Amino acid sequence: MSTHLGMPLMYYQVGSFAVGNRLVDPDLRSEQARPDRAASLTKGHRACRGCGEALGARYVLDTAMRATGGRMVTVNATGCLEVFSTPFPETSWRVAWLHSLFGNAPAVASGAAAGLRALGTDVRVVAQGGDGGTVDIGLGCLSGMFERDDDVLYVCYDNGGYMNTGVQRSGATPPAARTTTTQPVGHSYGHAFGQGKDAPRIALAHEIPYVATATVADLRDLEAKVERAMSLRGARYLHVLVPCPLGWGTAPHETVRIARLATESGFFPVFEGERGRVTTVRRIRHRVPVEEYLRPQGRYAHLFTPHRREDVLGRLQQIADANVERYGLAAPAAAISTAGGGPDGHGEVP
Amino acid sequence: MELPYGITLPVGSSLGNRTGAWRVERPVYADGRAPCGHACPAHEDPQDWLYAAEEGDYRTAWTRLVAANPFPAVMGRVCYHPCETACNRGRLDEAVGINAVERFLGDHALTHGWDLPGPGPATGRHVLVVGAGPTGLTAAYQLRRLGHEVTVRDAGHEPGGMMRYGIPTYRLPRDVLDAEIARIVRLGVGLEQDSQVTDLDAALEEGFDATLLAVGAQLGHRAYVPAGEAARVLDAVTLLHDVAEGAAPRIGRRVVVYGGGSTAVDAARTVRRLGAEESVIVYRRDRAHMPAHPAELAEALDEGVVVRWLTTVARAEPGRLAVERMELDEAGFPQPTGEIEELSADALVLAVGQDCDLAFLDGVAGVEVRDGVVQVDEFLRTGRAGVFAGGDTVPGQRSVTAAIGHGTRVARFIDAWLRGREPTVAAELPVVDFEQLNPWYFADAPHAVRPRLEAARRVTGFEEVVQGLDETTALYEARRCMSCGSCFECDNCYGVCPDDAVVKLGPGLRFEIDYDYCKGCGLCAAECPAGAILMVPEPVPPS
Repeated sequence: MSTHLGMPLMYYQVGSFAVGNRLVDPDLRSEQARPDRAASLTKGHRACRGCGEALGARYVLDTAMRATGGRMVTVNATGCLEVFSTPFPETSWRVAWLHSLFGNAPAVASGAAAGLRALGTDVRVVAQGGDGGTVDIGLGCLSGMFERDDDVLYVCYDNGGYMNTGVQRSGATPPAARTTTTQPVGHSYGHAFGQGKDAPRIALAHEIPYVATATVADLRDLEAKVERAMSLRGARYLHVLVPCPLGWGTAPHETVRIARLATESGFFPVFEGERGRVTTVRRIRHRVPVEEYLRPQGRYAHLFTPHRREDVLGRLQQIADANVERYGLAAPAAAISTAGGGPDGHGEVP
Repeated sequence: MELPYGITLPVGSSLGNRTGAWRVERPVYADGRAPCGHACPAHEDPQDWLYAAEEGDYRTAWTRLVAANPFPAVMGRVCYHPCETACNRGRLDEAVGINAVERFLGDHALTHGWDLPGPGPATGRHVLVVGAGPTGLTAAYQLRRLGHEVTVRDAGHEPGGMMRYGIPTYRLPRDVLDAEIARIVRLGVGLEQDSQVTDLDAALEEGFDATLLAVGAQLGHRAYVPAGEAARVLDAVTLLHDVAEGAAPRIGRRVVVYGGGSTAVDAARTVRRLGAEESVIVYRRDRAHMPAHPAELAEALDEGVVVRWLTTVARAEPGRLAVERMELDEAGFPQPTGEIEELSADALVLAVGQDCDLAFLDGVAGVEVRDGVVQVDEFLRTGRAGVFAGGDTVPGQRSVTAAIGHGTRVARFIDAWLRGREPTVAAELPVVDFEQLNPWYFADAPHAVRPRLEAARRVTGFEEVVQGLDETTALYEARRCMSCGSCFECDNCYGVCPDDAVVKLGPGLRFEIDYDYCKGCGLCAAECPAGAILMVPEPVPPS
């Protein structure tokens, strides 16, 4: 159907951006809209109020559970997610779940996948960890898992630091962010520039079947990526930005908004790649200066008080600008698109 | 239970950990009032009927609409839609075309022959309504629904009041008006045309239990304009009335309309259609101060009507007018400058305000007429027990929309009186403003424009200028509604809860918070597109 002005009739009241929509067929709604979603991470866990990681983990695993028909096991690295979900003897997991050590989750997952294959069962393996367990402690195991192309989806929930041990910096802490181990020394505040590890690009460089980034602000996008990942075999990597109210100094209700600002400013690029090549990007809907993303976060407060640090803000903006250019994030989003793309701003990379 | 070596406790679920105890604030589902409904003089709730229209359930949408207003097809044509001015979507891109959807629903109902909801159980009470305009007919409809007998007496040859005799057919075709009135009459309203009430006391003695005075402002206000003996001066209300009755006067080639309201614009556009080559509106203030609706003025200008701003008519002579240039003072009032100019004009049409003919109230005990209107209290009661007044008859805004609103309200007050109850005004929910919404979730969707008749075709006849939306476009427009303050089951709260503490109750049943586990983070409230979740301080448990 289309209007006399030639505009396709869509479900504008919720666009494609809300979790569900009473006007569309239940089968076309998001996994999270389903009354019978797996709720892989259930109530009663001890994550902080407004935890982005708890949200991200349920989004990812519920979709993976749907995609595998429940035939999957989860391997978890040490970190917030492991600590808040399984204080002995309780567990919040409603999936088969295994924890070994901080740095060995990719290796344990590789072994689990190999063992399950040896048993002749088609049970899939999803490994997950925080940014500390992924980009620092587990990077060697992860790289090996990629290099061997083991049949594992590895999911990194990136909150930019070691949060459950007291907000220490990690290799994924963004420049200029304050942590408890990046205290002001002399005239310099916050994390240094040029020290971070861009894990999605490291993964992409391994030319594995699938690499993607996502955030908890765009559920539809995240679910589509998990589905795509589970439709493929071999080593796959998904990097999900999960704001941390405690470590980032934000209000608990701001978690989704902050993740949205990370993508809308271009500071966190959302893309998808296969075999070493970026294939699609999540385009920016309403671009905002990176300052709008930084200002609500306590970990960047020193950039605004007592003096406004134009130099640092300028460098952070440059990072966002470089992302926008590298991934083509600013290309006009097809807000009202014709056949092909949806209204969700996805675009093919030329 | 036998536990493995080294294990001291059996495995348990985190469901035993009631994290709700962490909470300092709790989310509550709290519907608010959408600004469209708050702004509607006819007391409609557009958000409520758009909700049904979005699903394509036009019957339900129309039924909700006519609960307040039995004239959707009329209103969809002549209302100045304060709802759209108030619409929060206007802050995002453009206001929802509520008026266009209303017209679509109104026309759809007429096409399908839908009837108004039937009369309520008979009460044996009988109400006299004086005047079959929008207030009188709306009140008659509402009173019938409440089970009362209604007799409407009207001076006109046909019912409709100013809807028939004040609004030209190019804005409101008569078949539409006739059909919507006929639907009210079918409810069993006794309509008596050509029966002007001239003696209220005599009418009351016939045994009515209550009376509503709802006569329209059908007399052109007399403004003193010095005029030569042979000068042709008409008043706009009479002109529009005569045209409506099919007795258009010969008007000449060049006509000046004096005034700046809707009636002036209607008169000027009518004059063009009657064959005048020049139709000039003379208005003493500027465009910013003109009371006529900008959209109507724009349509008039398209049709070749010319406006002389900051000008008054000083004197009328046969074939010409003396006009004086005005200047606005600091308070925005026009002041004379003494600069006189001459304009050729075969006729002068005065559109400088309208009055009600309230002569029948002279000497009626308890009914006070002051400044040409009947004085009423907040419940639209006159000083005489059982006699109410509304619409143009009482002080206030004069529009069809306001008149319909009066009809609905006064019916409620009359009903209370007939049942021996105290009248009440329903408390309104807090109005939801744009800041309470989360507009991110609404995709960009520009306003659909209603097609308009070409200007060249307009001035040659009285064909309707603004046309309706087709079904798909109306549906598109309805779906642009952001449902301010009302849950539309988008599942966002259910989705964004990191604690899985929102329970989905199923279609139409909305959601529930599981306070045993809700930590009160507020994500559900922050991400609710419609602003239908509020965070409130956690109640202190009794000690």
